[in-house]
Order: sequence, then C-alpha cells, then structure tokens
Amino acid sequence: MKVKTWGQLLAALLALTLVAAACGGDDGGGGEAACAVGETDGDLNLYNWSEYMDPDLQTAFEAEFGVSINEDNYDSNEAMQPIISAGNSGYDLIVPSDYMVSILIDSGDIMPIQKDAVPNLSNLADEFASGLPFDPDAEYSVPYQWGTTGLGVDLAVTGPDVPETWGLIFDPALAAEYNLEGAITILNDPRETMGAALKYLGYSLNTTSIDELNEAKALVADATNRVAAFDSDQYDELLVSGQAAVTHGYSGNFLVQFFEADDPEQYTYFVPQEGGTRWVDNMAVVADAPHPCTAHTFINFLLDAENGAALTNWNYYASPNAASEPFIDQEVLDDPIVYPTDQSKLEFIADTGDFEINFSDAFTEAKG
Amino acid sequence: MTATGTRTGRRMLGVHAAAVYGFFYAPILLLVVFSFSGDRLVGQWGGFTLDWYREFLDNEQLTAFHDGAIWTSLKVAAVSTVVSVVLGTLAALSLERFRFRGQRVFDALLYLPIIIPDVTMGIMMLIFFSEAITFADTYLGFEFAKGLQTIIISHIAFNISFVSVVVRARLAGMDDRLEEAAMDLYATRWQTFTHVTFPQILPGILGGALLALTLSLDDVVVTQFSAGPGATTLPVFVFSLIRKGVTPMINAVSVVMLVASLVLIAMMLLADGLRAEADETA
Repeated sequence: MKVKTWGQLLAALLALTLVAAACGGDDGGGGEAACAVGETDGDLNLYNWSEYMDPDLQTAFEAEFGVSINEDNYDSNEAMQPIISAGNSGYDLIVPSDYMVSILIDSGDIMPIQKDAVPNLSNLADEFASGLPFDPDAEYSVPYQWGTTGLGVDLAVTGPDVPETWGLIFDPALAAEYNLEGAITILNDPRETMGAALKYLGYSLNTTSIDELNEAKALVADATNRVAAFDSDQYDELLVSGQAAVTHGYSGNFLVQFFEADDPEQYTYFVPQEGGTRWVDNMAVVADAPHPCTAHTFINFLLDAENGAALTNWNYYASPNAASEPFIDQEVLDDPIVYPTDQSKLEFIADTGDFEINFSDAFTEAKG
Repeated sequence: MTATGTRTGRRMLGVHAAAVYGFFYAPILLLVVFSFSGDRLVGQWGGFTLDWYREFLDNEQLTAFHDGAIWTSLKVAAVSTVVSVVLGTLAALSLERFRFRGQRVFDALLYLPIIIPDVTMGIMMLIFFSEAITFADTYLGFEFAKGLQTIIISHIAFNISFVSVVVRARLAGMDDRLEEAAMDLYATRWQTFTHVTFPQILPGILGGALLALTLSLDDVVVTQFSAGPGATTLPVFVFSLIRKGVTPMINAVSVVMLVASLVLIAMMLLADGLRAEADETA
C-alpha cells in the first residue's frame, strides 16, 4: 500500500517537473508600472560584492523609507551571472562590473533604468553620466564606485624613489636596476595585461591594430622571463607577504591590504604615468525584480551627495558622484591610490567585438 | 627470520599509517593553529590571539539571531534532516521489503544525487526553482520566492539518497526471520514495524540522520545555486569572504565548523556502537 502511494508521489513529482520545464520560457513579470520618486514596493533584495556597502547607509535607508534591506554577497561576476540569468532569483538590485553589464544587457537580464524615478542622476560626474563603453546611453546601469588597475610596489625592495612606469615590468634594464627579477606578478587577464603593454608603448588599450598588438605581445613575452606568476587573485597578499616586489592588480584590493600591514608606508600603489585601466562597478535592476521601485529609490538614495560621500568614506573606492566631492574626507580625496592625480590617460576597457579574440590569442602566445 | 620480517613489515605499516594520517590532518592542524595567529596574513605567525574568534562573534551577518548565517545554516540542517530521514527511511523500506514494477528504475534513480557532481545538482536546482516559481505563479496561482525554503528543499533532495542508502544497508543486514516470526505470531504489519523492524533499524536511521546533518551543514555548491534573498548559510558566507582577502577570521569560522562536524562524527560513532550492541542482543 505504502509502496503504491510512494510510487505515485514520485510519478506525480516527475510529471510536475516536466510540465514546469515545458511551460518555462517567458520569464519576467507583467507590465512594468512607472515608479515615482521615493516610491517603495517592498523590501530591497540586494546582491552585492562582500564588504562593499556601508551598513550605516543601509540603516539610514531603512529608517527613511520604512523597508528593510536583505543583502547577499557574491565573490565574482561569474558567480552572480548564472543566478540572475536563470530568472526568478528574487533579487532586485545587483552590482556588476563594466564588461558584465554588457553581457547582462545582451541577455535581457537587467531592465532599463527609469530615469524619472532617479532625479539624483544629475549628480553624476560627466564622464560617468553617459558614454561608458559597456552602456553608452546609460540606459541600463548607474555607476556605483570606480577604481583603477596599476602596480603595487614594495619600497623596501626597490628603494623609495621608484619611477612610476610600466617599464618596471616591461623594461629589462629597469627591472634589473630595482631588483625585480623573479619578483613580479602580472594579472592573468588578456585585456588587462595586453592593455598594460599597449599603454607602455603609448597606444590605446582598446586598439584594433594587429601591429600594435604584436608589439605588445613581444613585450609581454619578454617579461615572462622576469615574472614569478600570472595571478589575478592573490597579488596583494603576495606583495605584503614579501613574495613579490611589484604586482599588477586592482586599486581597492591593494588599499585594504596596505591599510592593515604592519608598516603601511612600506608599500605604494600607482597607475603608471603612461596611463592604465579605469574600471567601474554599476548598479542595475534585475529584469524580473520583485520590487523594482524600491530598487530605483535605493539607487536615487545612494546618488545623493552626502550618501555617495559616506559610501566612499567607508569603502575607500572612488565615487562617480561629482556632487559628493565636498563631503568626502580630504584624506581620501588626496590619496592618489583612490584618486589618481592624472586621470587623463585612464581608459575603460571597451568591447572590441570581433577583435577580442586577438587579445586572447596574443596573451596566450606571449605566456608561451 | 620470519619474526623479524614481520616486525619490519609492521614498522613499515606503522610509518605508512602515520604518513597517511599526517597527510590528512596536517592541513587541519595548520588551519587550527593559524586561527590563533595575531598576523592578518594567513600563514604568518603573529603571536597568540583570540581576536579572530571575537571578530567572528561580533560579525552581525554571521551571528545575528534568527537571520545570521549561522542560524540559517542550523535551520536548514535541522529541517532538511528531519524530512529527509522520514522520506529516506520510507524509500529504503519500500525498496528493500517489497517488490513492484519499475523498482530497479527507482533503485537506480535514488543513487543519482550521490553520483552526479555537486555543480550539476546545483544548476539543476537553479533551473528547477526558476521554472517552478514561474509555473506556480501562472498555473497554480500561488507565489513563492527563492530563499530559506528553496535551500531546504534542495538539501532534502540530496539527503534522501544518503539516508536511504544507510538505512538500506542496515535493513539488508537484518534477519528476515524476525519479521516473519512476528507475523506468524499474528502481529499486524504496523505492529511488526513498530515492535520489530523499527528498533532494529534505528541505529541506521540515526547514522543516516547525522550524515544528512553533516552534509547539509557543509554544503556550498548546491546551496549557492538554490539560495535567495536574505538566506545565506555559513559555508556560502565564508566563500564570499575569500574574495576580499583571506584573514584568519575565516580560519576561526572554519575551526568552529570543524568542531561541529567532529561532534557529529563522534555521535555517529556512538550510534554505530549502539548498532553493535543491538546486534549482540539480537
């Protein structure tokens, strides 16, 4: 008797699964009503990088709008993307990095920003308000925080007067002069590393000239003789633990690591004078967000001048919010690690379309 | 000659055993030692400190009552264990004690969650819940969202298999004649079950329950794919922290998880002892 019910239950479950699978396809809720400024339609479900959101700002938002924030964290764009793309994730707001924004736009996983509901968009600095390569018309994403890619240096090895140049990696004579043989790590990333070599040569890191790319390839290939590792995860720790003297990596990670080192003065980070990559993490509303209006209200809340400043004062990443500047701690504004002194030679990594494969090929060949 | 030969052999075996245990436990020992290290960098000794345990206890996201990661983990583990023990035991009984059409198919299907990789199971859950939510909303007229409940369902899904395998092993080793004798003496099926079968397989059920509890507390991959807003378990939280640099706080959290697992294993061994005793009296 029991047997029969159990079998039937299983069969029923199986059937339900099949039906559910067959009926899938049209994700996304019904008509999207326009959200008013400050409108909320439930608690905010935020999916963000870890230690990226000031808890005090969360509390302030909860108090002001009477909704609560559920925050969950991911550790990479690649970990977040499948959860969102599968649909019905339950999340309202995500914080993808630049290239991931264009992927999510193409797959229809994020919705256009309702600009009328976000009047504080006008606070954004001009270079962030539009024209970003991953979302040129700023239709789907709003910049959250930005940073750079450059070099972290152990001054105890190189001495205090180290030249701020990519030559530390790419010029054998300079590397020898500053004792860097076998003490260099570079990012295991085709665009970042080929981009660094292109910048050193004075070219754009978004070049589509195969000749320029080949020149860069030769530089990277030569650098492999001096490189200890191609590493994208531990470069900051390798530096402060003394296992490397110059490491190529992202600004924020270095800053956190230096801050907690025994002697923060022993290390420095800079974007070489030839220029480098500027990256930006962005807020985007999930296409099937259960509470899109709360999400828009939260974006508007963070774009407020004082709130934007509070965020930067808390997480030490640069703010895209021009109106925030007067409220950001002077110490942070003056820190060249957070705000590079010369921003004119910074470039965003743009999608080069069909040329992209040449970057991967050149990088693979250069690594040998 | 033979005596010394055996002695060398034994010594070699001893060395081999020590090497195997060293290989198993050296990393664990290092993890525990560095959870007390005063240096922020994992792997550099900076003097004895309990700071990382304090930081761990002070971390709201971890320890907040009701919705901290620890509580989420405990809730998921408790509910999924109870449900999977009931369903897993029923499955084991039906597959071991009865013959029915398609039995071998169910038999094979039950092993599937044990055999397939975690990632596959995770992605299956991800797609299943996504479709199920749409289906429930459009055809059944009720709404549910990803969160605690979906984590629990996915844990039940893989735990049923483990529980039923353990219980079946116990059932297979049990003497059929006991049940036959009970029925010869006019016990009903239900009486036979409550008075004979259940006490006999109880150690197996307990063992299965503890295994399910451990698996549920340790799981990262399947949980990551089936979790939703506001529901983060302890292992998933630890995993997301790694990206921002590994500090010894992660060691401290791991040590706490390790101790919890050890307690569960000790209890499992105890259940095993009970089983041996039950066998002797039988």
